[in-house]
Amino acid sequence: MERTQQHRQVAHMRQSLFDQGLLDEQFVQLEELQDDANPNFVEEVVTLFYRDSARLVLNIDQALDKTPLDFSKLDSYMHQFKGSASSIGAKKVKGECTLFREYCKAGNGEGCMKTFQQLKKDYAVLRKKLETYFQLARQVGPVETACRRK
Amino acid sequence: MNLGSGQGSMSTASSSGAWKAGDVVPDQFPAGLRVLVVDDDPTCLMILEKMLRTCLYEVTKCNRAETALSLLRGNKSGFDIVISDVHMPDMDGFKLLEHIGLEMDLPVIMMSADDGKHVVMKGVTHGACDYLIKPVRIEALKNIWQHVVRKRKNEWKDLEQSGSVEDGDRQQKPSEDVDYSSSANEGNWKNSKRRKDEEDDAEERDDTSTLKKPRVVWSVELHQQFVAAVNQLGIDKAVPKKILELMNVPGLTRENVASHLQKYRLYLRRLSGVSQHQNGLNNSFMGPQEATFGSISSLNGLDLQTLAVAGQLPAQSLATLQAAGLGRSTGKSGLPMPLVDQRNLFSFEAPKFRYGEGQQQQQQLSNSSKQMNLLHGIPTTMEPKQLATLRHSAQSFGSINMQVNAHGNDSSSLLMQMAQPHSRAQILNETTGNHVSRIASSMGQPVLSNGIAGGLLTRNVIVENGRGAGFNPVSQGPSVVEFPMNHTAELPGNSFPLGTNPGISSIQSKGLLEEVSSEIKGSRGFVPSYDIFNELHQPKSQDWELQNVGLTFNASQHANSIPGNLGSEHGNTHNISQHLNTLVDSSSRVKTEKILDPCCEITPFPEHYVQEDLMSALLKQQEGIGPVEGEFDFDGYSMDNIPV
Repeated sequence: MERTQQHRQVAHMRQSLFDQGLLDEQFVQLEELQDDANPNFVEEVVTLFYRDSARLVLNIDQALDKTPLDFSKLDSYMHQFKGSASSIGAKKVKGECTLFREYCKAGNGEGCMKTFQQLKKDYAVLRKKLETYFQLARQVGPVETACRRK
Repeated sequence: MNLGSGQGSMSTASSSGAWKAGDVVPDQFPAGLRVLVVDDDPTCLMILEKMLRTCLYEVTKCNRAETALSLLRGNKSGFDIVISDVHMPDMDGFKLLEHIGLEMDLPVIMMSADDGKHVVMKGVTHGACDYLIKPVRIEALKNIWQHVVRKRKNEWKDLEQSGSVEDGDRQQKPSEDVDYSSSANEGNWKNSKRRKDEEDDAEERDDTSTLKKPRVVWSVELHQQFVAAVNQLGIDKAVPKKILELMNVPGLTRENVASHLQKYRLYLRRLSGVSQHQNGLNNSFMGPQEATFGSISSLNGLDLQTLAVAGQLPAQSLATLQAAGLGRSTGKSGLPMPLVDQRNLFSFEAPKFRYGEGQQQQQQLSNSSKQMNLLHGIPTTMEPKQLATLRHSAQSFGSINMQVNAHGNDSSSLLMQMAQPHSRAQILNETTGNHVSRIASSMGQPVLSNGIAGGLLTRNVIVENGRGAGFNPVSQGPSVVEFPMNHTAELPGNSFPLGTNPGISSIQSKGLLEEVSSEIKGSRGFVPSYDIFNELHQPKSQDWELQNVGLTFNASQHANSIPGNLGSEHGNTHNISQHLNTLVDSSSRVKTEKILDPCCEITPFPEHYVQEDLMSALLKQQEGIGPVEGEFDFDGYSMDNIPV
C-alpha cells in the first residue's frame, strides 16, 4: 500500500516536472536509456550536468561583469550551456538560453543580464526538484513511468 | 537496407552473418560498429556513449579533438565512423572533419545545438556525411551505420568506373541513398545533395546519368607515361594539355588527364604530408609501385574521395607498413598495410606505397596472415585490365567483403563486408560485367575482387586490424577500395590474386582473420569470398591474378574464379585464372574454393549470408552462374533481390 502510494507520488512528481515545462522529451530519452546495467543513469547524467555547467555559469557571470560586454564570447558560452542543458531535457532553462542568445545577437546587454538572472534561478530550482525526485525514486525502487508523456 | 527482396535478408542477416562467420544471429548488424565520439561537453558525451552502447555499437569517447585525431591516426582502421561536435575549444569541429576526411576518410557526423542553416551548410561543404542537432535522440543514432555502408558503396562505385556499373543501377543508388539519408534533422535533401555532390565529384562518374562514358583505365604503363610527362614538365608546370601532348596516347582526353592529375597531386600532397615517416618507405615503395600503380590507376575510376581515402591510407598504411615491415614483421601490420597498399593502388596516389608495401605485405600476409596479407596479396598482381575488372569486383566488393568475411573466419570481417555487400550488391547488379565482383560477393568473401576489393579491403582491413569483429569493413570502406588492385605485388606467392581479399577479410574482423588466418593469409587471397575476384586474379605465382580477374570478370561468367581463390590462397593459382573465366560457374567454384583451400580453414564461403545476396546478384547477372550457394545458400541468384 504504502509502496504503491509512494510509487504514485513519484510518478506524480515526475509528471509535474513535465507539466510545469521544466523538462521535455529529452529527459524521457534519458530515462529510456536507464537499465539494469545503469540503474541510476539519469541521476548520474543530471549530476554531471550540474557539476560541469557550474563552470560555465561562472564564466558567464564573470563575462557579464566586464565592460564592455563581449557578446560573441557570451554567445559562445551560452551556446555550450544550451547544448548541455538541452541534452538533459531542461526545457525551461534551454528556453532561457535561447532568449539570452537572442539578446547577445542584438547586442542588448541589459536583456542578457536580466535573462541570465532568471536562468540561474530556474537552473537552481530544477536542480532542487530533480534531487528530490531522484531521492524519492530511489527509495521507491524502479518505478514504471507509466505516465510518460507522448 | 534491403538489398533485394530475395536477398533481403542480406541486409540484415547477411550483415550479421558477415560479422560473425555466419553463426551470428542475423539481426546483429550493425552491431559492433565502431564509433568514435568527440565532444567537449561531458554531459553530452556521457549520454551519447550510453545511447550508442544501447544501439550495440562499440563506443570510444574523447573530449578533445586532438585526442580524437591521435586515436584515429594511431589506429587507422580502428573505427568505422566518427561523431563530432562542431564547437570545441581546442579545434573547430569542421577542421577535425577535414582532417579525418583527408587522412582517414571515415564518415563523419557533425552535431551541434546550433541548427542554423549556415552551420549545417558548412557541414555539408566540409564533407560531413550527416548533421545532428542536439539534443541527439537515440533514433538518430540508430541509423548512422548507413553512412558507413554508403561510403563504402560509393567507393566501390568509384572503383568501378569502367562503366561496369549500369546507369540504371547508378541511378538507383542515388535514390536509395536519399532514402537512407537522414539521420535526422536535416532532411534528406541535404544528404542526398551531399551525396550527389560526392558522386559528382567522382571523376567521370556516370552517376545517374544514362549515358555511359567510357572510362579510361589508367594502366601501369599509362600511368608511367603520365608520371614521366609530369616529371618532364615539372610538377608545377604540369598542365593537363601539355601532359596530354607529351603522353601522346590516342583516345586520351584532356579531361582524363586532368582528373588523373588531380588525384596525383593529392597523392603527392599526401605523400609529402606523411613523408616524415614514410620517407624511406615511400621511396622503396615508389619503385615497385609503378607496376602496381598501373593497376591502381585502372581502378581509378575512383573519385577524389576515393583517392583521398587512398591517399589517406597510403600515408597511414605506409607508416604502418614501414613499421610493419618492410621488414615484415608481422601480421599486425598486415592489416594496415594492406590497406595502405590497397588504397594506393586505387588511388594511384598511393600506388607507390602500395607497391612497396605490397611486397612487404605479401610477406606479411604470409606472416601475419590475417590482416594485411589479404589485401596486399590481391592487388599487387593486378594488371590494369584486371584492375578494371576489379573495379567491377570492387563493386562486388561489398559482397566480397562479405565474402571474405564470410569466410567464416570472423564474423566481424564479414559483417563489415556484409554491410558493404549490400551496397555492393546493388552495385553488383549494376555491373553485369562485373560478374567477377558478383561472384566475389557471392563468394562471400569480401575479398573484393582484388583490385577493387583491395581498395575496399584496405578499408576494411584497416578497420579490421584490431577488430575482427565488427564493423571493420564498413569503415574501411573507402580506403579499402584500393586494396586489391594495388597489391599485385603483394601476393606473396600465392596466387593471392585477390590478394586484397585477404585483406578484406582481414579487415573485417581481425577476429576472422585470426581464425581465418589461413584465409587471411592474405596472400592467400583470402578472398575466398572474393573468389570471384580471386580466381580471376589468381596469380599463379603472384601475378596477381587480378589480371585474370579483371579480364575474367567480364568473361567471368564462366570463370569460376571463385574456387580459384581458395586455390590461390594456397597458392593454387591454377584455379584462379581459370576460375576467373568461369566466374559464372562460380557456384561450382565457390564450392571448390572451399575445397581448394585446405589450408584455409575457412570455408570460403561459409556463412556468408551476405554474400548470398551479392552472390546471387552476381550470379544472376552472370546468368545464373552456378550458385555458389553451396555454401551460401544462395539459391539462385536473385540479383534482383538485392535491395538497392
